[in-house]
Amino acid sequence: MITLPLTRRRFGQALGALTVAFSLTPPVCAATGAGLPGSLAGNRMLDAWLRINSDGTVTVCTGKVELGQGILTALEQIAADELDIAPERIKLISGDTAQTPDEGFTSGSQSIEYGGTALRYACAEARDILLKLAAKKLGTAYDKLTIADGTITAADGTITAQGGQKTTYWKLAAEVDLHREASAGVPPKPPEQHRLVGKSRPRIDIPAKVTGGAAYVQDIRLPGMLFGRISRPPSYRAELVSFDEERVRKLPGIAAVVRDGRFLGVVAQREEQAIAGRDEISRAATWRETPSLPPPDDIYAYLTSLPTEDHLISSKGGDAPPAAHLSLAAKHTRPYTAHASIGPSCAIAQFADGQLTIWTHSQGVFPLRRDLAKALDMDEVKIRCIHAQGSGCYGHNGADDVALDAALLARASNGRPVKVQWMRDDEFGWEPYGPAMSVELRASLDEAGMVIDWTHDVWTNTHTTRPQKDGCNLLAAWHLAQPKLPGKPEIIPQPAGGGDRNAIPLYDFPRQRVTHRFIPQMPIRVSALRALGAYANIFAIETFMDDLAKAAKTDSIEFRIRHLSDPRAIAVIKAAATYSGWQSDMPAGTGKGRGFGFAKYKNLSAYLAVVVDVEVDRQTGRVRVTRATAAIDAGQVINPNGLVNQTEGGIIQAVSWTLKEQVRFTSEHITSRDWSRYPIITFPEVPEIRVTVLDRPNERSLGAGEAAQGPTAAAIGNAIAHGTGIRLRDLPLMPDRLKGAFG
Amino acid sequence: MTDVIELTVNGRTHQLDIAPDTPLLYVLRNDLELNGAKFGCGLAQCGACTVLVDGKPVRSCAYPVDAVQGRAVTTIEGLGTIENPHPVQKAFIEEQAAQCGYCINGMVMTAAALLKRNPHPDDIAIRQALAGNLCRCGTHARILRAVGRAAREMAR
Repeated sequence: MITLPLTRRRFGQALGALTVAFSLTPPVCAATGAGLPGSLAGNRMLDAWLRINSDGTVTVCTGKVELGQGILTALEQIAADELDIAPERIKLISGDTAQTPDEGFTSGSQSIEYGGTALRYACAEARDILLKLAAKKLGTAYDKLTIADGTITAADGTITAQGGQKTTYWKLAAEVDLHREASAGVPPKPPEQHRLVGKSRPRIDIPAKVTGGAAYVQDIRLPGMLFGRISRPPSYRAELVSFDEERVRKLPGIAAVVRDGRFLGVVAQREEQAIAGRDEISRAATWRETPSLPPPDDIYAYLTSLPTEDHLISSKGGDAPPAAHLSLAAKHTRPYTAHASIGPSCAIAQFADGQLTIWTHSQGVFPLRRDLAKALDMDEVKIRCIHAQGSGCYGHNGADDVALDAALLARASNGRPVKVQWMRDDEFGWEPYGPAMSVELRASLDEAGMVIDWTHDVWTNTHTTRPQKDGCNLLAAWHLAQPKLPGKPEIIPQPAGGGDRNAIPLYDFPRQRVTHRFIPQMPIRVSALRALGAYANIFAIETFMDDLAKAAKTDSIEFRIRHLSDPRAIAVIKAAATYSGWQSDMPAGTGKGRGFGFAKYKNLSAYLAVVVDVEVDRQTGRVRVTRATAAIDAGQVINPNGLVNQTEGGIIQAVSWTLKEQVRFTSEHITSRDWSRYPIITFPEVPEIRVTVLDRPNERSLGAGEAAQGPTAAAIGNAIAHGTGIRLRDLPLMPDRLKGAFG
Repeated sequence: MTDVIELTVNGRTHQLDIAPDTPLLYVLRNDLELNGAKFGCGLAQCGACTVLVDGKPVRSCAYPVDAVQGRAVTTIEGLGTIENPHPVQKAFIEEQAAQCGYCINGMVMTAAALLKRNPHPDDIAIRQALAGNLCRCGTHARILRAVGRAAREMAR
């Protein structure tokens, strides 16, 4: 790994002859018009974001939550810099419906852009208010004051014999009134005044995580706490024919057996007793099953045969296609993909005095609370959801669902708290997968080898069934005797997009048509998985671009740059090329291959380019990714080590998705119910990774956590094509078709 | 059926009235209130629950508690503390080798056992030792660096 804090000068040196023009425009996060910047817009009171305490601490509140991405460490850096305090003074409260701003979901790589921006403006304004108060108190001019770690001093040597020319935030705490609307009128600090932002800072949560400290919701133990487990139906539409509850109640330690419609659960004194109770439920219940899953061998034909709502999301150029020198067409597919968290979803629920408290690793405590209120027929204000960390989720997994499970079991437990953790097969069998997708591309080249026409059609379900405004999107609610039905599947609009995320090419094509063929009907439960549709759309675009480059007899990278005008895109591509030692004349078909992939995530977040090296075994067709060399431009970087950590992780996860992963099912059952039926990458298969960060402190921060997924997939596909001459377009890129097929 | 089970964890002896086939994991987490070992699969497939029994890594989710009677159980809490971490824990912090961190218990425990057995493992040996430990965040590259760093530190 190389991480260079590249200044303009050093960047130019590093790239040798490749000089790149950097924009030094000021940050664009200044308040404009009526709207306040970032998440301030929905949470306008300053004291919703921070409070100055007389004990020498600052309470900072954020609606964003830690998912293992390091957000809390980065938010502390931002707040401490704006306030001129040591970050150790910050007491962070995150994701609590009783205490923090409502920032919706922690998703979509938006926490720095929205949550960080809000905090930055709120802290800058609070600092200004404190300084004005200090100036008044000390009888000194505002601009003569300096701040060091919360101590405000007159800087002009006017300290009197009385020692009165000094005060602190903590002394002013009782008098300062932050219960006022933010104006966003105080500009945050320019990057050259940052002491913490832009420098790597160790994550605040890691020491506890490597020493057995209490770090997760799984680690919370409450007085009198019971343990619960759920026994789901054997398949989505199975109907409960009979259930002998007594068989379960007779087991040792059972405190409650809950049956509501086809929702079955058990509460016990001890965790292993709850697990035994769950096993007994599966023996004591009989179900009537009907095949309800789509044909596993022909899933894409099935999906594309379903009714669609078609949205032309980009249209450029004349009606009639231009005369082409050469045209290509290709179809790409991506299977249902599991979030596959290492730790199954977990929550604790407790009813006391008509109030429900939930400890949850949900990505959105406020939306979860709304759906819990619907499912439980409760008033929202009687529910408090408190975030506690869970295992990494990479999108919408079972985190919200298990909160309702815990609530339903706690409702039968006489005020005692109940901890519920899903078993491994619950997690694999019931989580909402990343949707299967089909992407068809057509393109034409002119005689000069330039793309003159481009068509992209993407067939997909929704990429979000998170708790939302209409319906109730919590699994157990659908199984109750009085079921609450899910909401209508939503389209996430462009420019971010959902299934059509990154479907509009960043390349400058004179004529293009991009159509989102949205399939409302969901034969298998799906929702948001890291990068949403961008993973498949970028895989398709970037592998197709390689085919076009080959047809145009042009180097892959050169071909892309010819079609790009965004200087930052070109810079990141050239950086990846330089650091990987890219050469346009590498021998093809040797079994060793090299491939390239690029995208600007969502077409509005981080730029990432990656070069991947693979080795393909001639006999088995097995593909091993040996190395990945990436360059990323995420604008202003808050915590470089955190950004690299996220990027390395994104690359490795994408290698796993791309080479190995696919949810298996029959017409009746999901059969990927444990790690043997859903293998993921293991240590011997992990490539060497190098990530270069192109820091641009004068540009606004760009969401980065999902930037690697699509480019990595495409680079692997391109490397296989380079090494074997065989183009694979169906994910995952399995060895069967490569076996003995080259060399 | 319960029985009095005597077990020694991190040097301390405990007597518990408990079903002898109870998986060790639940005893550690719920009776002894140790957070380190995690429930991941209950199938001995992922390694999140790894602890050492007489110095060897075992999957506590599928290891009956009566099988550790008379043997020494070490959990990640017994390796070191935040104030005084084991070299493997220290190396994981220095390399920032965690994202969500849920699997990290298994990584640290497996690595500690490896380094005791083989103080100078090469990259392949480290990868082989960790081959049965799953990580979903993709922290593998950092974990490999952390184990390498710990080996170097311990050899000093």
